[in-house]
Amino acid sequence: MKQSRFWAWLVFGVGAAYFLVPLIATFEFSLRMRRGYYSFDSYASVFSDPKFQQTFTYSAVIGLLSIIVGILIVVPAVYFVRLRMAWLRPYVEFLTLLPLIIPAIILVYGYIRLYNSSSIIPFTGSAVGTDILLTFAYVTLALPYMYRAVDTGMRTIDVQTLTEAAQIAGANTPQIIARIILPNILVAVLSGAFLTFAIVIGEFTIASLLNRPAFGPYLQNIGANRAYEPAALAIISFIITWGAMSMINLLSRFAPRTSARTD
Amino acid sequence: MTTLDTGTKAPAKKRALSFEWLGVAPFIVFAIMFLILPTLYLVGAAFVDEKGGFTLANFAGLGTPQIVAAYWISIRISGASAILGALIGLAIALALIRGKLPLGLRAAVMTFSGVASNFAGVPLAFAFISTLGRLGLATVILKFVFGIDIYKAGFNLLSFWGLTITYLYFQIPLMILIIAPAIDGLKKEWSEAASTLGATPWQFWRYVGLPILWPSFLGTLSLLFANAFGAIATAYALTGSSLNIVPILLYAQIRGDALQNPGLGAALAVGMILITGFANVVYLVISARAERWLK
Amino acid sequence: MAPFLRVENLVKSFGTTTVVKGVNFAFNKGEFVSLLGPSGCGKTTILRMIAGFENPTSGSITVDGQDITNLKPNQRQLGMVFQAYALFPNLNVGDNIAFGLKIAGMPADQRRARVEEMLKLIGLPGFEKRYPYEMSGGQQQRVALARAIAPRPRMLLLDEPLSALDAKIRVSLREEIRAIQLDLGITTIFVTHDQEEALSISDRVVVMNAGNIDQLGAPHEIYNKPATRFVATFVGHLNTIEATVVSASKHQVNIDGQIVTLPSLPDGAVTNAPISLTLRPEVLSVGERAGSDITLTGTVSDVTFLGSVIRLRVALGKNIISLDTFNDQRTAPPARGDAITVSLASKDLLILEN
Ligand SMILES: Nc1ncnc2c1ncn2[C@@H]1O[C@H](COP(=O)(O)OP(=O)(O)O)[C@@H](O)[C@H]1O
Ligand SMILES: [Mg+2]
Repeated sequence: MKQSRFWAWLVFGVGAAYFLVPLIATFEFSLRMRRGYYSFDSYASVFSDPKFQQTFTYSAVIGLLSIIVGILIVVPAVYFVRLRMAWLRPYVEFLTLLPLIIPAIILVYGYIRLYNSSSIIPFTGSAVGTDILLTFAYVTLALPYMYRAVDTGMRTIDVQTLTEAAQIAGANTPQIIARIILPNILVAVLSGAFLTFAIVIGEFTIASLLNRPAFGPYLQNIGANRAYEPAALAIISFIITWGAMSMINLLSRFAPRTSARTD
Repeated sequence: MTTLDTGTKAPAKKRALSFEWLGVAPFIVFAIMFLILPTLYLVGAAFVDEKGGFTLANFAGLGTPQIVAAYWISIRISGASAILGALIGLAIALALIRGKLPLGLRAAVMTFSGVASNFAGVPLAFAFISTLGRLGLATVILKFVFGIDIYKAGFNLLSFWGLTITYLYFQIPLMILIIAPAIDGLKKEWSEAASTLGATPWQFWRYVGLPILWPSFLGTLSLLFANAFGAIATAYALTGSSLNIVPILLYAQIRGDALQNPGLGAALAVGMILITGFANVVYLVISARAERWLK
Repeated sequence: MAPFLRVENLVKSFGTTTVVKGVNFAFNKGEFVSLLGPSGCGKTTILRMIAGFENPTSGSITVDGQDITNLKPNQRQLGMVFQAYALFPNLNVGDNIAFGLKIAGMPADQRRARVEEMLKLIGLPGFEKRYPYEMSGGQQQRVALARAIAPRPRMLLLDEPLSALDAKIRVSLREEIRAIQLDLGITTIFVTHDQEEALSISDRVVVMNAGNIDQLGAPHEIYNKPATRFVATFVGHLNTIEATVVSASKHQVNIDGQIVTLPSLPDGAVTNAPISLTLRPEVLSVGERAGSDITLTGTVSDVTFLGSVIRLRVALGKNIISLDTFNDQRTAPPARGDAITVSLASKDLLILEN
């Protein structure tokens, strides 16, 4: 028994070292901008860069839009599939898994060739069109996570019974979704939202290939041209990701507990 | 129990049915426009030559040494980072869950894994440059404190091993997140039953524990493989276009038609889909098998 | 004969709570003993200490003259059956049963023969190739039993093995377990919270209460001569009559206005003090009966028809007692509100310590 605990600590310790050393090293590096002593100059330099503010704002806005579009697409689909179209379920699940199978670079390649300026739907023909395409692309990237979060949320609250209760009380379907289902799966939806945000905020491949002024390409550009700012940006990105994940953790404490019924 | 279907409310059936379709339609239209059509378009384009006729030449074109080398290094990096990530992730998850470590530690590691598995892309490359780059903290400490010059010894962050070590930063946490529920599914009674039957802990793992985890392990392995195979941002930020892996090649093709043949670009993409698709089919088949057991 | 299993001063604490509070018992070779008690009283903990999954805080466990207190579970040569079957899901029935044999290094052909023998014993011949998920709970539990006894363990430990099964199978399987146990002569400890289960299949029963042993005895002793009030209430049904002592010297008590003389009074009973009398429902008879020396009158307050037996609730005043009468096909059972006379032999009253 003593021995198994020794091995467990050893494995844990080595793992912890691998994960903490790069964070420490990056932080240390980010403080070295001024010769001779540690300073937060690199952070000041990053935050005062108007490009940083612009691209971050742009990505945050696109991220928010992706979250809204994602919710509008996923919530009704999950609801009806759970409630009355169980036969669709395997197909829907397969579709939501596709973004894990098809790499982002391939999706965006397909978009560029399919929706170019001379096609029927010329998304890439204008800046606004490309922004919309980028939003949809991010919805696609986040689809597996958003779907899973919402689906789990609906499973725990037992949509069927809630819906029947609401119907008896005289509510119609849009009312049921908006007033009964959504508030009850709010926590699950918000988890999906934060995950979407974490995935989207620093996304590089799609934004870069669609030539949008997003945070990811900005990061890459800084990386190629500066010495200390990239380290500061890595720390900032880590904190943003960590913040999004902690929000999910925090939210899960408010999630409704599984109802008695299981399926 | 959930079969209380439409039949129960016959009069409202028609209206309800159209509502259902209205609710699901956006999802389906979205999936067709942004998942299915783009993919099918590329598959189609891979069979079209420059004059618009049918051809298999694009796939033959994948056989050029540059592209074969790209696939090969991609497969090696993805394979190595998936196998190492899966093994190390499994070891850490086992240590946490079965190794009687404090409970709080587990919660902390799970949260951290959630963060680290999403901490991919450009910032991850920065972090590893700061750590294992020529001037990275670990490189410097190893050199001046321990007298080990890893770069003299042949290490290079912009290489197979460099990229593999970097990818592990998101592969290991992903493995931990996915395999932890499977380890939780190992009932305490199984190891107790094995030990009353005379088995040592090692024999338990050899004959029962690991075989039960095996499908989840293999499944996650293929998921990790696909995950690494499609990743580009980290590699691009780390190496620019100096490391010739498939996604970077494809990136260059999309940017500036580097292969000077759009059909060949499409074939390159289809090759990627086939490989990640295959990995995922393996995952699906294996996990179906695993679920049968754990009923 | 020296006892086969001896447990001495066994104590187990989790943190600051002590859940097993110094128990002692000794079982003979070939005995079938049940540990009976309500949920949470420490039965499983005792069994797990015997199996080696928990380290006793203090005390010792000896099997066949060997002190096993500090032995690892895999060195104890005991067989264990769990409530949730705990069959290895990745192995088929044959491999599950052969697991212990394989660990012990038995050659494959001998293993096969032993597995076949075991399957015959549990009434599942030909099931070698099935997987656990392809079988019912009852079948899985039989396989678990076969797996436990295949390596010929020194003792068999069963922790509520029937609790997950439905009522019919529970009864048939417990009889089967007992038959197999008698057949093999294997010393067996059977943990259960179901008194009927314990009484029906055991040579002896250990009744536990909050980490202590209240009584250890044959089923009829436990039932007929419960050592404590706890045992009496936990095992079988018990009537309690609240009375007042009229005269401590003459052993007279007042039960709802009826004066009754008892052969003896519990120690410390004084005149005018309240006293509780306890008795089993079946010692009461309707009407007067030969051998009865106490007669009480009351009103029928409830009648429950149970088939061969009719359970009556009789209000004596404030006290309401239950009694069972046989169903006599020739006469109608008493009706609610009927006046009724009941009698009992004073020697059948249970004098219990609190
Ligand atoms: N590992 C443990 N840690 C803390 N308390 C425990 C542990 N195992 C059992 N207990 C406590 O010990 C008491 C007895 O448990 P148990 O032996 O399982 O009872 P039984 O089997 O009679 O129902 C219970 O109150 C239970 O909560
Ligand atoms: Mg128990």
